[in-house]
Amino acid sequence: MQRYSGFGLVKHALSHHENWERQWRNPTPKKQYDVIIVGGGGHGLATAYYLAKEFGVKNVAVIEKGWLGGGNTARNTTIVRSNYLWDESAVLYEHAMKLWEGLSQDLNYNVMFSQRGVLNLGHTLQDMRDIQRRVNANRLNGIDGEVLDAKGVQALVPIMDCSKNARYPVMGASWQPRAGVARHDAVAWGYARGADAHGVDILQQTEVTGFKIRDGQIYGVHTNRGDIEAKTVGCVAAGNSSVLAKMGGFNLPLESHPLQALVSEPIKPILDTVVMSNQVHGYISQSDKGDLVIGAGIDGYNGYGQRGSYPTVEHTLQAIVEMFPIFSRVRMNRQWGGIVDTCPDACPIISKTPVKGLYFNCGWGTGGFKATPGSGHVFAASLAKGEMHPIAEPFSMFRFHSGALIDEHGAAGVAH
Amino acid sequence: MFYIYCPYCGEHREEEEFHPKGQAHIERPKEPEACSDEEWGNYLFFRDNPRGVHHEMWVHAVGCRKFFNMTRHTVSYEILETYKMGEQPSITADSQAKPREAAAVSQQEGVRA
Ligand SMILES: Cc1cc2nc3c(=O)[nH]c(=O)nc-3n(C[C@H](O)[C@H](O)[C@H](O)COP(=O)(O)OP(=O)(O)OC[C@H]3O[C@@H](n4cnc5c(N)ncnc54)[C@H](O)[C@@H]3O)c2cc1C
Ligand SMILES: [Zn+2]
Repeated sequence: MQRYSGFGLVKHALSHHENWERQWRNPTPKKQYDVIIVGGGGHGLATAYYLAKEFGVKNVAVIEKGWLGGGNTARNTTIVRSNYLWDESAVLYEHAMKLWEGLSQDLNYNVMFSQRGVLNLGHTLQDMRDIQRRVNANRLNGIDGEVLDAKGVQALVPIMDCSKNARYPVMGASWQPRAGVARHDAVAWGYARGADAHGVDILQQTEVTGFKIRDGQIYGVHTNRGDIEAKTVGCVAAGNSSVLAKMGGFNLPLESHPLQALVSEPIKPILDTVVMSNQVHGYISQSDKGDLVIGAGIDGYNGYGQRGSYPTVEHTLQAIVEMFPIFSRVRMNRQWGGIVDTCPDACPIISKTPVKGLYFNCGWGTGGFKATPGSGHVFAASLAKGEMHPIAEPFSMFRFHSGALIDEHGAAGVAH
Repeated sequence: MFYIYCPYCGEHREEEEFHPKGQAHIERPKEPEACSDEEWGNYLFFRDNPRGVHHEMWVHAVGCRKFFNMTRHTVSYEILETYKMGEQPSITADSQAKPREAAAVSQQEGVRA
């Protein structure tokens, strides 16, 4: 792998940047691998990277039906934080946060992780009580967090309407300074390049159309480019997880919903943090290019069409303009949708399944981008050992039979 | 924007008057006490979530406030029919192997995941 550096940039400038090495190969599928990962989003690619780099499993394929990151990974609003309420999820997201903090170095790829802080606003007394409870829980888990009152919020974000005259006045917020944003496609590309360098085959334009199962044990997959064998298969297919589960002969407790986002025309720097409001339902940050990145809520109906409905966009913009009257004349440039796999307790599924050797990592719904490094890491450990990593253990799909749900609707409520 | 025919009002109305309420035709177990943990969990949480024809419940929230059923394609989003509670769908995944719009949509660039 060609390492990136300032020196390299200067060197390549001399040849007009025409001789950069390709970031990953485009190999022909082998007949057999030790592990197959289905889904070339951030989570799948991270899984392959850690499998090869940390757990010594190098004969790995990532099978992606489209292009890398073309699912939710490059469609999200890139918010990264770890201030979840319950111990199980706090540990999982904080594990990811620690990896984020060293990710650009580890991958030798600039993922533009920017710890500009995230505000979760409270607009009612109950919001504020929940915020206090969550921040206390975070601190007990060693996760940074502060409770701010309206004045404190106003000081951080002068352009926000924190007055008493707002329709839903801001009463305060939780503030996680270590939280922030990252560049989503760089995350997919950085992991892909790293995984490829460790020998992982990345197979794009290859769709898994079925599983090869004998006596309850998986031994391969059918694809549009022929059969490929492996005794361990990890599915990381976000919105399409239920479709894959069906191929394995079981259901998941998931529903696939469209989730939309939009970006504005670029404007001068005006917002240097991330603001999320559960109550009026909107969230916003400003990218380095200058566009405002705005996330909507899910459409309530099931959908796989990667587009959502206009009423949802309208509600979101109402919320944004309510909080930021100054943005009322900013024009929106682009709008799109991704298909998110929502889980009844707003927590992911990282789990064995009724089929031996077949594992699923899904259910991240509206908020899995932030978990990408941690999810990939614990999933890789589980696939390598055949036993779930202790951090992944509570996220078994069978918790919906045992009743051991992890209710994160409070911390995950806004679709971020 | 959906334009939805409420089978009770007998009229087409805009999407915003309605709320989707998830998979239709799920029956509450007659004797919950007799269910195994697995049966009860399946009833509460596990869903079909098909990529294709889906039978789902909607409520005409700011209209007649009645629940009804809809058969809709989850890729093209085409509404194939609406029908009253207690009735059965006339269109199913088997009867609708490939609705035309769905085929068209899934061939578009970027509509693959
Ligand atoms: C609009 C929007 C905003 C969001 N905002 C945030 C946010 O601010 N912060 C946050 O933390 N999260 C956010 N999320 C959620 C986040 O994007 C996802 O949870 C996360 O990216 C999931 O990553 P993944 O790698 O599991 O899935 P994906 O990136 O969706 O990857 C799954 C891949 O599997 C492939 N695939 C599916 N079926 C098959 C098959 N049969 N064969 C081969 N390949 C297959 C797909 O093509 C896809 O590339 C947002 C999501 C959306 C849509
Ligand atoms: Zn009606």
